[in-house]
Amino acid sequence: MTGSSDIPFSSPGMREVVLAARNVAKSYGAVHALKGVNFDIRRGQVTTLFGENGAGKSTLMKILSGVIQPSSGEIILDGESVIFQSATDARNRGISIIHQELSLAPNLSVRDNIFMGREIKGPMGVDFAAEEQLTRKLMEELEEDIDPLTPVEDLRLGQQQIVEIARALSVESRILIMDEPTSALSATEVEVLFKVIRDLTAKGVAIVYISHHLEEALQITDHAVVLRDGMMTAYAPRSEIDLNWIVRNMVGDNYDLGNPPEVQPGPVALSVRNLTVPDPKGADYNVVDRLSLDVRAGEIVCIYGLMGAGRTELLETVAGRLRQDSGEVVLEGHEISHLSIAERIARGLALVPEDRQRDGLVQTMSVGQNLSLASIASFTRGLFTDRKAEAALIDRMIREVTVKTDGGGAMIGSLSGGNQQKVVIGKMLATAPRSYCWTNPAAASTSAPRPKCSACWPKVPGRGWPWSIPHPR
Amino acid sequence: MSETSISQNYIKRGEFSLVRLLLEGRAFFALISIVAVFSYLSPNYFTVSNFLIMASHVAIYGILAIGMLLVILNGGIDLSVGSVLALCGVMAGAMMQGIELQALGVILYLPVWAVVVVTIAIGGLVGAVNGVLIAWFKVPAFVATLGVMYVARGIALLQTNGLTYNNLSGKPELGNTGFEWIGFNRLAGIPISVLVLFAVALLAGLMLSRSSFGRWLYASGGNERAAELSGVPVKRVKITVYTLSGMLAAVAGLVLASQLTSAGPTAGTTYELTAIAAVVIGGAALTGGRGTVRGTMLGAFVIGFLSDGLVIIGVSSYWQTVFTGAVIVLAVLMNSIQYSKVARKT
Repeated sequence: MTGSSDIPFSSPGMREVVLAARNVAKSYGAVHALKGVNFDIRRGQVTTLFGENGAGKSTLMKILSGVIQPSSGEIILDGESVIFQSATDARNRGISIIHQELSLAPNLSVRDNIFMGREIKGPMGVDFAAEEQLTRKLMEELEEDIDPLTPVEDLRLGQQQIVEIARALSVESRILIMDEPTSALSATEVEVLFKVIRDLTAKGVAIVYISHHLEEALQITDHAVVLRDGMMTAYAPRSEIDLNWIVRNMVGDNYDLGNPPEVQPGPVALSVRNLTVPDPKGADYNVVDRLSLDVRAGEIVCIYGLMGAGRTELLETVAGRLRQDSGEVVLEGHEISHLSIAERIARGLALVPEDRQRDGLVQTMSVGQNLSLASIASFTRGLFTDRKAEAALIDRMIREVTVKTDGGGAMIGSLSGGNQQKVVIGKMLATAPRSYCWTNPAAASTSAPRPKCSACWPKVPGRGWPWSIPHPR
Repeated sequence: MSETSISQNYIKRGEFSLVRLLLEGRAFFALISIVAVFSYLSPNYFTVSNFLIMASHVAIYGILAIGMLLVILNGGIDLSVGSVLALCGVMAGAMMQGIELQALGVILYLPVWAVVVVTIAIGGLVGAVNGVLIAWFKVPAFVATLGVMYVARGIALLQTNGLTYNNLSGKPELGNTGFEWIGFNRLAGIPISVLVLFAVALLAGLMLSRSSFGRWLYASGGNERAAELSGVPVKRVKITVYTLSGMLAAVAGLVLASQLTSAGPTAGTTYELTAIAAVVIGGAALTGGRGTVRGTMLGAFVIGFLSDGLVIIGVSSYWQTVFTGAVIVLAVLMNSIQYSKVARKT
């Protein structure tokens, strides 16, 4: 493994470093999210950050944009050591960030969202006309036909992401951090975004880009940095790297992309027939429209689609959270549409949700209570829960999915993102499922679950069949 | 690596333990300091008989507060408990006067135990209405229970035409005497109402810490979507907690009517706020998922002992209001300090 201090600083053809992290570390309690990372952002160039979920990418970006403070280490802006008091402080110094999660107010218009918190003031209060004009210009630049006065909630997810991008662009910062900006964008929209990025770099803007679409990121990047377990494992300019190089450095020595284990598909285990699901928010269209699908035992079926295409809704309907309008879901020969979520879990169907904060974890509970949440019935004796049986289950799951934790009693918030995701997976594995609905394995990571979750992935086909939705494109 | 980090972590915890102890045990320390201060100020405060009297006052708030705790753990709020308390007291009073069945031409006198059972059932029914409105019809808890608060109070007023039932003692020849027993009698020197409070607290504590329903409740209060996707019947949990809250309000109504030997339709006004205060002082989070019976009991005793203490040393009731309010604000302030620490870690 490469030590954390030896970065090739002065290769020829490199522009000057505008923002740099030196030996930056961040700990949450006993968990070390970053362990002394050096990172350079260069003027007019795109630096891409690769790494599995929980490798510390987002933590590093939050430190560089002032959202959180490092536990130790130094941030150097234009050659001078600085401490960002807040995200606003960093923004005033020319650093802006597009967060992974959308941070828009859905009830406000596109214009109001873009200028939220830094409204243009005129003699009569906010100068809405000027804001609208600038918004229009931004939308033209992004080749998106969105009226500045549309409420954000009326836009589809991809367009909302465009608004998020437009907001970061409107600051006209020198350093722009993009944490997964394209997860909901169509291929054409990504093309436009890349054109915008090239325009920006031509103007001298430094860009940090994070994406799980490795091929896509390779198109735009000038330098690649790979993080693993909070350490920087590799650094190279674009000319020296390819896809294999990235994956090898992301995953580590025991990397083996391999194929899914060879399993002879058995009989049809899950069958979806003409499934139609109305929009859960009450809009008058169907998010899933007459979809039919067969999944055999031992088979891994991948469902592709952009964010907002209905992947999550399909699986949430199969799992029982959403109600279908028509069609049926047949599990191992039994129609299960009328069953509750608990009954479906009891029949061996498990959903590993995509958004661990929203759908996966109960933040007010401990690691152990989260792990045992879906299998409470298995350790309930009469009226009360059996503490010993629960502790045994928790210990077994912590070992099986290799959660790094102080123990089952630790608060779930003390874990790193990747370990939290393992808890979500462990919770569903604890129910001994035979069928999986797995949305975005390990939360949108391309290769993460296999090596790290070796305890669960290879076993899955043996036990039955996983059914997963990888990331779009 | 993991072993060293664990031991380091313990050392860190050791350093902060005094602050943590003070913060987490704040309701306990508040209670002790209240007792100490009033014992110093008044010779009558620190006596067994006074503590028993104060405890029987606390019983009413305490029983309501435990019901409120269940609702707040679920991330909801129940503003109707004060009115349900009055409605149930009035209904019990009406049953003690005899129910006239005009169709049959008879007047029905229920024995006291049946009055108690029917009253608790009425409270449970009103609570279930709350729960159904909130869980199935997605009415926000604040609005649903606010509406039910008015409706219940109105029905209580209609029932008695605004008057109060003063005679709850029943008649020996009808076999329905003994209603005062709940409010006045003692077992081994301890008022029945206090015993009822502790029995309710014990059952609720067991339910929360040991039963699977308790786990469901904490989970659905902490993150309803995650709980639902893990197979927790979140709607059933919701309806159950509001039903239990209504039933406990009925129990409190019975205790109060028995203590006062009268049942009036205006009893229990603003008691819901006292119950919420007790839950909050006990360290529960209004956002749901955090809180314990022990804390809520301490919270109820803090409020009860404080206001009774102020009465004993002769402070005007206006000042009592000010003091109680200050204690509530202080408690919420400490809650937010405690939980923001946890939140920052995530």
